[in-house]
Amino acid sequence: MSATSMTTAPRRRGNTGIALTRRTGMVFVLPALILFGVFIAYPLLTALSYSFFGWTGIVRGDFVGLENYLTLFTKLPYSEDIPNAFVHNVLLFVGAMLFQNTVGLGLATLLHRVRRFKRFFQTMYTLPYLVSPLVIGYLWSLMLSPLFGPVNAVLRTIGLGEIAQPWLGNPQTAIWVVVFVTAWQWIGFPVLLYGAALGGIPEEIEEAASLDGASSWQRFRSITLPMLVPAIGTVSVLTFIGAMEAFPIPYALGGSQGNPAGATDVLSLLFYRTAFESGSSNAIGTSSAIATLLFLFIFGISMLITWLMRRAERKLF
Amino acid sequence: MTATISPSTADAAPGERPPARRRPAAPRRRQKVTAGGVASSTFLWLYAAISIAPLLLMLSNSLRTTQDMAKHPLGLPLPPNFTSYQKAWITASFDTYFFNSIFVTVASVLLSTAVSLLAAYAFARTKSKLFATLEGLFLSGLMLPVYLAILPLFFMLDAAGLISNLGGLILVYGALGIPFSTFVLASFFRQLPIELDEAARLDGAGPFMTFWRVHLPLVRPAIATVIVFRFVPVWNDFFYPLILIRDQSAYTLPVGITRFFGEYQTDWATLFAGLTLATIPLVVLFLLATKQIVSGLTAGMSK
Repeated sequence: MSATSMTTAPRRRGNTGIALTRRTGMVFVLPALILFGVFIAYPLLTALSYSFFGWTGIVRGDFVGLENYLTLFTKLPYSEDIPNAFVHNVLLFVGAMLFQNTVGLGLATLLHRVRRFKRFFQTMYTLPYLVSPLVIGYLWSLMLSPLFGPVNAVLRTIGLGEIAQPWLGNPQTAIWVVVFVTAWQWIGFPVLLYGAALGGIPEEIEEAASLDGASSWQRFRSITLPMLVPAIGTVSVLTFIGAMEAFPIPYALGGSQGNPAGATDVLSLLFYRTAFESGSSNAIGTSSAIATLLFLFIFGISMLITWLMRRAERKLF
Repeated sequence: MTATISPSTADAAPGERPPARRRPAAPRRRQKVTAGGVASSTFLWLYAAISIAPLLLMLSNSLRTTQDMAKHPLGLPLPPNFTSYQKAWITASFDTYFFNSIFVTVASVLLSTAVSLLAAYAFARTKSKLFATLEGLFLSGLMLPVYLAILPLFFMLDAAGLISNLGGLILVYGALGIPFSTFVLASFFRQLPIELDEAARLDGAGPFMTFWRVHLPLVRPAIATVIVFRFVPVWNDFFYPLILIRDQSAYTLPVGITRFFGEYQTDWATLFAGLTLATIPLVVLFLLATKQIVSGLTAGMSK
């Protein structure tokens, strides 16, 4: 192998990327390709195909076209569960976006100016993001427990006892708990990312602008914001994907049924329940249809957000 | 579009400018105590408290008894009581879950890093449509919700006798680590000059020897980032073991915790101790390798 490479390595000026022959390159890629192909690509393609067949337990039946998809929108409980869960995913996305781009951006901007304790603050804000979302969910479920939970205890201590309540037992408040806990956990990521983007803005530009008499709002609008667009784009896409894939936090806070009464149900829980807990004989067909729709939706919208952000980037500069 | 991760920027934490660029005696006025300054540091400290209080509370309550918590929801662990750890560790099988988690995480991170190193080197040192397509395929895994393929994966592992088998879980996590690891490593390899390869070749080294002796030592910072950063999601993952592990003796920590929450519902002290046990390794890792975690988190920026 080395002999062939030796002979095919004359000086290649201006063509610097090549050092491996196709065959040698393939040998290097092969282990990853096999692993990726067997455990990711193949199951993914198979999962899409599952949704076009009728199933009896784990036995595949006839090709049924789009019937499984039709079931999702016309038959109970799916025709009610899907919109219900979908709205919750959207709330998660909107809530997390609002929180990250106000509180998160604010923290990052302030941190950018701070010299003392900067590392300390970064560490504090990032810690929850690294802890298992399942642990975070269970931790908050204990903290919000109606009788002995510290959250209600704090509220009573500071004289707000009236709003103390079973936060997770009340269908009105339960989904907001899920939204809050998720946004709270994720905030470390935008703080770091916006911080990195702010750090990349040369001080000279800001100084020159303020010497030219630009107000701080003008500087933010014309210098800081355009420089932040790529970071905002990344945060938006990842928040969208995260919100649509939400699973462990809702599972820990409301169980696989999305209790109380579906108030904390999300699409991934619905998929999981349909596939593994529904007991329906066509569980595989129906759940694969849910998976396919969710897959197309997540992928399509992520692409769309990326494209919009690229365009915004070009316009702002 | 340029890679953010590079040997030079990965060493400096993002958000901080490299010291060399900071002008030594800039005419920066000494910061006076202003109303704005006070408000901003209040906000920073306040949010630090909001961010960290639940985790401190978890630690503190794990050192108290359940009766004490019921009587004084906001009490402190004085004196600390460690019996709940003993109970979680031994009676609630956290020892098993813990070692399963360690084994699965270490093995799968090593697996995905090893195969990704080889692939990333090839992507950086070839130029053809085929390799560009393969790289694009791997990278698509960063955005695709691959967990939705769980049913075929389940059947496949079932047919191979790998359900409830830690080896099966390791292979799955190994594959899931490829997109991120190849992405970070390939952008590192691309920054190494091709002259390195040419010089090594003139010295008679084959492609593998060049990779092993010349490139590997140079990409060490990237390897550290990939290893540390992949550790977190694998350690935390709940979805795959929930479905692929049916036998309690093969549970990893997150599935173990759900079972444990069903069984010990009213035993708050043990619940808090269990949650703390699952969190400690991550906090230790974070404090030891802040640099790698931070550069891993910001690596996606160039996507």
